[in-house]
Amino acid sequence: MADIALIRSKPRKPPLSIPKGAADGAFITYATLLLAFLYMPVAILIIFSFNDSRVLAWPLSGFTLDWYRTLFANADLLEAVGNSFYVATLSTALALCIGIPAAMALHRFVFPGKALFRRLLLLPIALPGIVTGISMLNFFNLMGFNLSLHTVVLGHATALLAVVVIQVLARLQRLPPSLEEASSDLGASALVTFWYVTLPNIKTAIVGSGLLVFVLSFDEIPVTFFLTGRDNTLPMYIYSTMRRGVTPEINAVGTLLILFSVVLILLAAFLTRPPGRKR
Amino acid sequence: MTLRALDRIGMGFFLGLPILWIVLFMLVPYGVLLTYSFWIKSYPLFEPAFQFGNYLTLLNEPQYLSVIGRTLKIAVIVSVTALVLAYPFAYFLVFRLKNVTIRKVLFFGVIAPLWVSYLLRAYLWKTILGTQGVLNSTLMGLGIISEPLDIFLYSQAAMVITLTYIFIPFMVMPIYAALEKIPRNLDEASADLGQSSWTTFWRVTVPLSLPGVVAGFTLTFCLCFGDFVAAFLVGGPDGLMVANVITSQFGAALNWPLGSALAVVMLVVVLAIISLSDRFEQRTKVQF
Repeated sequence: MADIALIRSKPRKPPLSIPKGAADGAFITYATLLLAFLYMPVAILIIFSFNDSRVLAWPLSGFTLDWYRTLFANADLLEAVGNSFYVATLSTALALCIGIPAAMALHRFVFPGKALFRRLLLLPIALPGIVTGISMLNFFNLMGFNLSLHTVVLGHATALLAVVVIQVLARLQRLPPSLEEASSDLGASALVTFWYVTLPNIKTAIVGSGLLVFVLSFDEIPVTFFLTGRDNTLPMYIYSTMRRGVTPEINAVGTLLILFSVVLILLAAFLTRPPGRKR
Repeated sequence: MTLRALDRIGMGFFLGLPILWIVLFMLVPYGVLLTYSFWIKSYPLFEPAFQFGNYLTLLNEPQYLSVIGRTLKIAVIVSVTALVLAYPFAYFLVFRLKNVTIRKVLFFGVIAPLWVSYLLRAYLWKTILGTQGVLNSTLMGLGIISEPLDIFLYSQAAMVITLTYIFIPFMVMPIYAALEKIPRNLDEASADLGQSSWTTFWRVTVPLSLPGVVAGFTLTFCLCFGDFVAAFLVGGPDGLMVANVITSQFGAALNWPLGSALAVVMLVVVLAIISLSDRFEQRTKVQF
């Protein structure tokens, strides 16, 4: 804010580069601080997962891999990891199967109630997971369903559907309409056009949103909290151990989870890189 | 004509499954939620009824109103804080940074935490703010304090820090997108008309970026309003949120009807905020 006066005094053809430089300097400092705010805690988590004290406080006392060793000996934890993979895979598949046609319908067709349809589809993005979780819990309870990992899958697919719709719809809207028009002029039906023209063009958006849904489902707490039966997913398992306070084991799981996220981010970046620069 | 018919089949194909899903897993469950909120708790669970007792309880017992009030307050503070932090950053990226690659990298740097476990991001602050935590031991190491302080964790301030940390990407994304859409020549036009950068910022850039601000505010507010993980980890009794009360009604307190009534209140608040924001977006729509 100290730069206000400087910015104001800047003429259109600035002979003085100092004020602009000062403003830019302030902006750069600010951006650095913000990124530090975002990443310092993550760095601290990782550092303490290798520290050989049970207390998470400075100074560091020594390097150890013990916390990781205890993880791999923990059968409950490993089972939870397996459950999370199962849930995330099925929810991603479901969210894609429903989200892609929904995005297509929003993009291509005009039909009564379209605005409501769009609003309901996108609602779960802003709707806290607890509302989805509780309303589905009540519903399953009324129907007499037993809670299991499968009810969790239904919940995740419902909560994360919007992620697919948003990303695929954004891509569809950037495609030149002439492609589909050409296909349709040549006599192709909507389905044929979708399969041979549209789908290949939105492939990267599908892959990108699929990976994001996978990560979000893998980490999901609020919906899982209400819809899971006796089986725990990984975040639910961690959540229950957090009741007992802060432990270096949680830091070790956390570090592995972050590593997993980084791998998926890189995978997404690689699979969704802009075409035309290959080879 | 056959094309038309085929198109209709295509439309049914694309619309059928999503509509079925929305009805079955959103509309019907919301209906059930609303129904349960009129039921009565009775041993061992509850029985069907149509009465407003649960809502009257929410209105009459001060603890519920104060929790709702506190949740609203925390959600507003977090949204404002996130906005104040996010706007200059997004503005810097879009308007000040000339290098497109660095811009993309920095933008991604703020969005990437979304891919990292949300539970973990709340837990981070528990390890930092705790009595035996990183902040206390840092301050002691620097000689600023001699005894660990227990004021950091389990406070509303801890909630605000943690929730801002978790939800700031949701604020940066829409603001960045809105700023990016503003044509650069508007800035030049404003400068040609003799306006200073500062005036241009307030009279041109800010108004045109408002839809992004509103979208970010809506997302952050709604997500904060429904959070119970941060409160569980860093909130303490003073930071209890509506969602924590709902959780306990479905858990230890075993009063599903009351919990459902609270969830209905939450759903109504969120829907109200979303429609307000939609209305705002319709009104301020600009075509370039």
